[in-house]
Order: sequence, then C-alpha cells, then structure tokens
Amino acid sequence: MKAEEIAALLSEKFGAKILESKLDGLNPWSVVEPAEILTVCRFVRSDGRLLMDHLECLAGADYKDRIEVVYIVYSMKHGHRYALKCRMPREAPRLPSVESVWGVANWHEREAFDMFGVVFEGHSDLRRILLPDDWEGHPLRKDYEFPTTYRDMPV
Amino acid sequence: MESIAQLLQLIPKYDVLPALVRASLPMLVSAIVIFALLSLVVLFLVWLERKVSAHMQDRLGPMYVGGWHGWAQTIADAIKLLLKEDIVPELADRVLFKMAPFIVFLGAFAAFVVIPFGASSIVSDLNIGVLYILAIGSLAVVGIMMAGWASNSKYSLYGGMRSVAQIVSYEIPAAIAIMTVVILAGSLSMQDIVNAQKGGIQRWFLFRNPFTFLAFFVYFIASLAEVNRTPFDIPEAESELVAGYHTEYSGMRFAFFFLAEYANMIVVAGVATTLFLGGWTQVLPGTVAGQLVPGPIMFFLKVMALIFVQMWLRWSLPRLRVDQLMYLCWKVLLPASFILVAGAGWLAVYWK
Amino acid sequence: MQVEYSGDVMTLNMGPQHPSTHGVLRLELKTDGEVVAEAIPHIGYLHRCFEKHAENIDYPGVVPFTDRMDYCAAMNMELGYVLAVEKLMGIQVNNRVRCIRIIMAELNRIASHLIAAGTYGNDMGSFTPFLWCFRDRETILDVFEETCGARLLYNYNWIGGLMFDVKPGFEKKVIDFIDYFEPQVDNLNTLLSNNFIFIKRTANVGIMTPEVALSYGVTGPNLRASGVKFDVRKNEPYLGYEEFDFDVPVGLGEHGPVGSCWDRYMVRIREIKESCKIIRQAVAKMTPGDVQESIPKRIKPPAGEVYMRTECPRGELGYYIVSDGSPKPYRVKVKSPCFTVMSAFREISRGAMIADIVAILGSVDIVLGEVDR
Repeated sequence: MKAEEIAALLSEKFGAKILESKLDGLNPWSVVEPAEILTVCRFVRSDGRLLMDHLECLAGADYKDRIEVVYIVYSMKHGHRYALKCRMPREAPRLPSVESVWGVANWHEREAFDMFGVVFEGHSDLRRILLPDDWEGHPLRKDYEFPTTYRDMPV
Repeated sequence: MESIAQLLQLIPKYDVLPALVRASLPMLVSAIVIFALLSLVVLFLVWLERKVSAHMQDRLGPMYVGGWHGWAQTIADAIKLLLKEDIVPELADRVLFKMAPFIVFLGAFAAFVVIPFGASSIVSDLNIGVLYILAIGSLAVVGIMMAGWASNSKYSLYGGMRSVAQIVSYEIPAAIAIMTVVILAGSLSMQDIVNAQKGGIQRWFLFRNPFTFLAFFVYFIASLAEVNRTPFDIPEAESELVAGYHTEYSGMRFAFFFLAEYANMIVVAGVATTLFLGGWTQVLPGTVAGQLVPGPIMFFLKVMALIFVQMWLRWSLPRLRVDQLMYLCWKVLLPASFILVAGAGWLAVYWK
Repeated sequence: MQVEYSGDVMTLNMGPQHPSTHGVLRLELKTDGEVVAEAIPHIGYLHRCFEKHAENIDYPGVVPFTDRMDYCAAMNMELGYVLAVEKLMGIQVNNRVRCIRIIMAELNRIASHLIAAGTYGNDMGSFTPFLWCFRDRETILDVFEETCGARLLYNYNWIGGLMFDVKPGFEKKVIDFIDYFEPQVDNLNTLLSNNFIFIKRTANVGIMTPEVALSYGVTGPNLRASGVKFDVRKNEPYLGYEEFDFDVPVGLGEHGPVGSCWDRYMVRIREIKESCKIIRQAVAKMTPGDVQESIPKRIKPPAGEVYMRTECPRGELGYYIVSDGSPKPYRVKVKSPCFTVMSAFREISRGAMIADIVAILGSVDIVLGEVDR
C-alpha cells in the first residue's frame, strides 16, 4: 500500500483524531492525538490491509515547543512502512503504553522515559533502562544540564 | 617399601633407633620419594598439556622460558604462585578453608600406595589393593565439599555441590567396571592382577574377552568424571561459575588444587594401565625391546598414552550439562556396567 | 505430620563482570535449585551517550562514533548511517564505491559471525574452535588494516564515498582468503556444529517461536532461525543487493524444535558461506573509478527526516535521522538489533537451567556496545 492510501485509511477510520500528515518526504508520517495512540496502534496491527506487525522504532525527539514520540511501523507481509507521531507539551508528556500491541515497546518506552521523561501510562515496569535508577534529569532533552556530581562523586 | 627398608639398614647405628622409628622411617621415606616423583611428573604434565592444547589449536604454546620450547614454564608458574598473597575471604570458615586443598590432594596422593610401578616397585602390595583405591577416591569428595562451603560464596557452593554429585555418582560404574577384571584375576591385589597379564599384549585384560574390553571404556569415561576433566568439568566451568569450588583460592592453595587434579589424572591412568593394559609387563616380550626396557619405563609410557588421550578429549569436546551428566551415569553407564560384570562372571564360570 | 514446603528462590547475580556475558551485562537470575524461574537483564553499563554526541558534532564527525557501537561489525554500523545521510541528501555513489562497500560489509559479517561462533564454542566448553575462528579472522583484519589502517574501528565509509581507495592486490588477497576459508567452515562444522554433545546442549534450549520473535521485534539471524525468511538485503534491497545472487538460510529445526539455540548458531554458519558467494560476485563486478568523487564539499542535508535500515550481522539496524538544515544532525536515533533481542531474553529463557542461560545468551549473539550505545 502506498503512503497516501495508508493515510486515507487512517483518516477514514479515525477522522479528527489524525491531526496532520506529511506524505511527500522520505518518511511519510501522520500525527495522532496522544490519548488515542493505543487504539490507532491496535488498529494498525490487526487490520488486514495494514498488518503492521513489526514496530521498528519508537523514538523520542525534543523540539523547541513540544516533545514528539515517533512510532515507525512496518508490515512483514505487505512490505509497507509508516510513521505515527504524537506531539505533547514539554512540561508533562504522557502517553498510553503500547506494550500490549508489540512486546518490544516495553524496552523502547523505558528508553524514551529515561531520555526524555515521557511517562507511559499502563506500562508494567516504567523505570530507567540505560542510566542508573537514581539519575536526575532526562539527557536527550535540549535543555538538559550536565550534573556536576553524582552521589557525591564529581562527574 | 621393602627395598627402602633394606636401604635404610645401611645407615650406621640404625639398630640403635627405637623400634617405632625403625618401623615408620621407611614409610616416611617412601612418601617423600613418591611426592618428589609426583611433583616432577606433574610439572612435566602441565607443560605437556599446554603444548598439546596449543598444537591442537594451531598455535605454539610456551616457547621462551628455559630455552627449548619453554620447558621451564611450569617451574616459573609454580614460583609465581608461591609468591602470591595468601587471601582468605573475610567471612570464610578459616579452618575448613585452609584444610580443604590438602584433603583433596590427599585423596589423590594416598592412592599411589598400591600402584605398582615395577615388579618390586610398589610402596605396599596390599591384598585389598583395588578396594583401597576405591575407598581413597571418595576422600576427595570431602575436600571439595569443604572448599565449596568454606569459601562463603554462592558460586563456590554451586560448584562444590555439582562436583560432589558428579564424583559420588560416577564411582559406581567405575567400581563395577573394575569388578570385571577382579573376577578374571581372582584377586584384589594390584600386583597379582598385573602378574596375571604377564606375557605380552595378547594377555592384557583389555583383549582377553569382550566384556573387559567394554569395561575399559566404561572405566575410562567414569574416571574422567571423577577427575573433573572435560567433558565433565562442570564444577570448574569457567564460563558459568568462574572457577567453581576453587574460585576463592589463590597462591599456594590454588596450586595444591591444581596439583591434586593432575595427580588424580595420573592415578586414574595408572589404575587403568594396571588393570587393563598390563601394568609394567612388556608389550612384546619376545623381541629385543622387550628384554631391554625396564618395567617402570613401560608403565610410564602406557600411562603417558592414556593421559594424552585425556588431554585430547579435553580440548576437543564441549561440556555436558549437569542433568545430562547424571543421565549418562545412571541410565547409560550403570546398566552397561551391570551387564558387563554379569557377562564376565558367566564367562569365568563356563569357559574355565 | 504435615510439612509445609515452599521452594526457596535464590537470587543469583550473573555479571556485570563475568567471563560469559559477552560484555558488561547484568543478569538477575531467580533460581530454584538449578532451574531459573526468571532471568531479568539489566543493561546500561556501556552507555556512552551516542545520541547526545551526535547532536553536537557535524555529520561526518558522527561516523567514528557509529563504529564504536557494535565494535565487532563496525563497517556495517558506518554503512547504515552513511546510507541514511546519503538518502537524505539524495547522493548516488558510483559502482566502485558500491562494490567496495559491499565487500567490506560482507567481510565484516564473516568476521563478526566467526567471533559469535568461536565464543559460543568457548562458552560451551569447547576451546579449540575459538582459536580456529580467530585465526581465520586475522586474515580479514589484515585486509582491513591494509586498506584503512585500523583492525577494528575503521571510519572508512564516508558520506558520499570512502576514506581511501583499496590498495593494488586487494581483489587477489580477498579471493585467496575466500578460497582458503570456505573449506575451513566445513572443519568447524565437523568439530563443533555437528558434535553430539554440542547438539545436546543447544538443540532443545531457548526456543523462540516466530510469534514471540515478531512481537519483540527480533530481526536478523535470530528471526531467521525461527523459520521466518526475512532479510533486509532481499526484502528491501539497498546498495544494489538485488543484483547479487545469494540464499537466505533459515532455521529448519534439524535437531529439535525450530528456533532453538542450535538453529540460531547454524544460521550464522550458513550465512558465512553466503557472504563468501556475495564477495566473489562483488569482486567480479568491481570497476575502476574515484572513490571520493561524490563526496559533497559541505554536508548540509535539507530539513527533513529519514529512516534507513540495513542488515548488520546481528539483525536489522535502523537509523532515524532528523535534520533541520544545519551542518549538525538534530536527532539521531539508532534502533539496534541487540537491544530488541535483549528485550525478548526474559521470554525465551523461562524454565531454563543455569547452564542453559549461558547457552541462550551466547546464541543470541549480543554486543553490549550496541545494546547500550
């Protein structure tokens, strides 16, 4: 399926929940309302025409005015790829967890939490994965300040 | 030991010493002689193992220490181990921790009492020689258990437990395989068993009848497990438990465990040679070589051949898992050894 | 007399320093005797903030950092990044660059699989294959050293081309090596792969069903061993792989269920032979040319984002690059295959024994540099 067809299918099913789409770049994406991402993901995985059973990448990105989480999904059977984005305010980014749809989201979401501070509701074990559990701050944010000490050791 | 006793008579004023001293001095001298010989042979064996493993792995091994192919490498390693700091873990049980290596070594060392190196070169020809060897083999279990427990470390405990289970299980098929030979020889004394094989290679128990032929392989495999050599080296599995029951040992204590392992290898090879390969008897008695080569050299060559096979197996085969090891012992080797001993007994009665 | 017995669950820690965890990985094992009830991996000991570094250096400067993620297969890591940036900028490289990149990537794939096979044998107690594999890997590293000066971390694939052209005699050296090496794989099979004890240790252990594999995003040899025939080089070809003739080995479950440790190991060994085929074809296709002709003077990709994936020896490596038109990347996200496989580790190691944990960990072939970045 082409990107236009996928975007059309999503708009048809979810209407106003799909906020914006950009289909002419190298990585076609659609922005989904944050609260609805779980239903969209479930649909995208189970629908026979889409069958996106492979969550390739779950990345966070920090833009000046918002935090984005990108879900890049791929279908093994049909061979098409699409990106879903969620945009959240920087103060308190919250998203429902898609762990129940793809098992790999468990670790990817932990990393997004660790690096950006995005809280995933419904996640079974949301704690830091790459940094020590008692680290302060979320490093990949653009306004991150490097700490001078960690547990009384100069860093 | 009798020859040592006769040698000691030559000391002037020997008869003046009290009877107790005169009775125990030959024993002490024999022990020292055996220990010295053992240390030299183990030194050689460690070097040999490194060379054999190196050539199998397409590399060279020790080349520099001492000049020709690094023959002094083991001496250098022994000196290094002696100079290391003696670390005893803080929460370890000090008495048991210190005693454990000696007991494990004792289990190997004491078996040399009944191994015949030549026609009259045996420390003491007990008339229950085979039984003595089987009994002493169990002593190492106590030492390993002490080492595993006293180190106060989960990994050492795991290693100790596994090793104990392994040794205790594999003693049974080993003992039953030995019984086939005892039935044929009619005696438990090691010298008698060797004398029953005098006359050349066709008289070896290995070739006398098919049951002892198979019993040799059962004994060899079971004894590999007793010595904790690959494929049965789960207790020392570096990749799983670091070093098992001797993880916490360093310096001279570790050297003792090492010495004990190689001494065990020699004991096992020595027992297999004595029982199945004719001990110190000549291979081809009719030829010139048969007249010239003395008994102890013949024994040494046969033992070296078996030890080479042990090393070969170590560097070729992967490791068995604990439950597979137990399966092999209880469900494969044990029934096999039962059948073999029954067959040997039947043959002994009906083919007299 | 009533006896209340509750199994004692002992928590054992494997790592971070351990001879068998292939790097700094901590496995928390909850064991009941020899059987492991739960094996929870804890990562992050080798985290070196690659993604943060990438935001502060310019595009070409990121290439050495990509090497250091999966240090056993550095050429493939660089290739993924470089192809992503080239896609963003719309650069096409010439045939010579393409062939050399393919040869280097496949040689590195062979080297990486040799490490995997050798260390796996070492974990299982068979010490000899380890040295045989490393002996053969030395010739590959000599080829790399002659071309770009480094044995392990190359900085060779540049955006738009290569750092150096290959030296004269490169093709002959590579073909000589492949001619010598293909029979050595059969030797390895006789010693290790078809060894009865090795099969017993690995063939019924760590079964990963295709459903678990797909759900946990497992890719590469680990996925193919579960029976799913999927290879990025065939399904979504890049760099002209569609012109090459090679097979994609799949786990067949010859000794035990499909998706066992033995299948994962054997898929890698078979892939080595396929890589040899590809290298021969690439050497035959090579044409003279200038390897640096397509390198732009200033590397400033237009604003946009791209997701590019390549087949690295451990699975599917994905780079998500966001550019804002400046010389430095805005966001580089690496989707590393070892990270996703480790997320599935808990699932495939339920009910195994401690010795099996070592077998499973060795068979999924992780490199902690890639897991932690």
